[in-house]
Amino acid sequence: MRPAPSLLLFTTLSGAGYGLLAVWALLGLAAVLPAEPRAGLVGLGPALVAIAAGLFASRFHLARPERAWRAFTQWRTSWLSREAVAAVATFAPALALAAGWSLESRIPAAAALLAAAGAALTVLCTGQIYATLVPIPRWHQPLTTPVFLALALASGLVLAFALAAASGLDPGLPGLLALAVLPLVWGLKVLWWRLGDRAPPRVTAAAAIGVPDRGPARPIEPAHTAGSWLLDETGFRVARRHAAKLRRLALLFGGASPWSLVAVGLATGGGARIVCGLAAVLSLALGLAIERWLFFAEAKHTAAVWYGERAV
Amino acid sequence: MTALPDPPPARRLGLVIDLDTCVGCQACVVACKEWNGGGHPGPLADLEPYGSRPAGTWLNRVHGFEVGEGAAGRTVYFPRSCLHCENALCVTVCPTGASFKRAEDGIVLVDEAKCIGCGLCAWACPYGARELDPASGVMKKCTLCVDRIGDERLPAEDRVPACVAACPARARHFGDLGDPESAVARLVAERGGVELLAELGYRPTNRYLPPRPGRRLAADGDRLEDAPAEGGFLGWLDRLLGD
Repeated sequence: MRPAPSLLLFTTLSGAGYGLLAVWALLGLAAVLPAEPRAGLVGLGPALVAIAAGLFASRFHLARPERAWRAFTQWRTSWLSREAVAAVATFAPALALAAGWSLESRIPAAAALLAAAGAALTVLCTGQIYATLVPIPRWHQPLTTPVFLALALASGLVLAFALAAASGLDPGLPGLLALAVLPLVWGLKVLWWRLGDRAPPRVTAAAAIGVPDRGPARPIEPAHTAGSWLLDETGFRVARRHAAKLRRLALLFGGASPWSLVAVGLATGGGARIVCGLAAVLSLALGLAIERWLFFAEAKHTAAVWYGERAV
Repeated sequence: MTALPDPPPARRLGLVIDLDTCVGCQACVVACKEWNGGGHPGPLADLEPYGSRPAGTWLNRVHGFEVGEGAAGRTVYFPRSCLHCENALCVTVCPTGASFKRAEDGIVLVDEAKCIGCGLCAWACPYGARELDPASGVMKKCTLCVDRIGDERLPAEDRVPACVAACPARARHFGDLGDPESAVARLVAERGGVELLAELGYRPTNRYLPPRPGRRLAADGDRLEDAPAEGGFLGWLDRLLGD
């Protein structure tokens, strides 16, 4: 599948933003963060900016963005529509939480809980969009949604650590949680990769042309010599040759490196901790960019069997 | 509304495509483009039609394959277009309600005034039957020529999809597959029509008729005969001329 820049930006940025929103709201609710205006803004501000930037990027995936409002109407059947509704609805408790925290120096419990739940729900919808696509076997597996949720949580914790460290708040709990969660998250991702690799193909070229039991089928005459939108969208395969290397890079930059930087940051303090936090965030961003690029680029669509793929 | 009609439509309009007689001439592809470029889903984009990288939107594509080995091998032309599935995931994933399945006859259509061009329905279609039109920014797909099949002003024999009318090999048939007494349903029953990729669970309406076994000789060498040794004019001539 073609890794569209708009979708990479949207899923990584908004995922991190919702992760941070949930983590910050719950840390505030648990009184780990003080009910002071500045403490609220340093976390909720970046979270809302990341969410809004991601949502703005998703607009560029639409060929007719001026009609984007229609995407809020079909929440009864469509995970994409549910995602749109959840994404926007989450702004209400998030803004209420930000207003209470920064204007009245109190953390409204209901708003904090609803913001965290809304964030989780939005990322769940994102995962479900991909997990329910039957023609793309690598995405159509039960762990796809948990992986999206786990990566959003890990992004939120690393961001929370860095922001707390940079603003003189206590980064201890988000830091420790990040150390505990990062290995589990990437372990889950490795399992997801393995399951995708091992899944037997469901569709062969012979079955796809209606003659499943007369031996293998080989394409001899293409349906068209020119390109097509469908082929651009589903025929992307350059990544598979480099998949193993890219997976290692994603694990290094998204997992091992931020884990070490958070650990060093927790052990040190002051300026070194701030630098470690920032470096951990940048490294995680690079790791997630590679992971998300590969998520799309590595996935095969059944439509490729009419264009030379033997089985999907 | 992107919910599928409940209960599923009793009338199931669709195509029955005979893989035995399809010769891969692409007439249905061209007829489809010609009719639909100006009809209900039109225009269908053609980008750089005379340039070095021509591209465009088509609702029907015919792929040529070779199946089987040696003497059992044969060519199969596979026309690929929307199969108007009963369990159409392309409809339920649509976030805007643009993609829908008609309750009265099961035809899957796109309301172009509502489509935002997100492309998710094309991802959800295992048959690759949808293409996003680069010029209008909306999703295009086979409509079974809705603007033809129900047009009372046309003579009855022309109220079939353009691809069916154009096929010179009579490999394409149109009708109600929900009615077991219809000509297409009987054809499917007689010839063992295939539900394409049934294992994916989309319950397509269209059916493909498998190629007939065919009359094959063991090897082509058997057909090239020597002059009969037992006699006759050619045998006599053969002996006369020697080695």
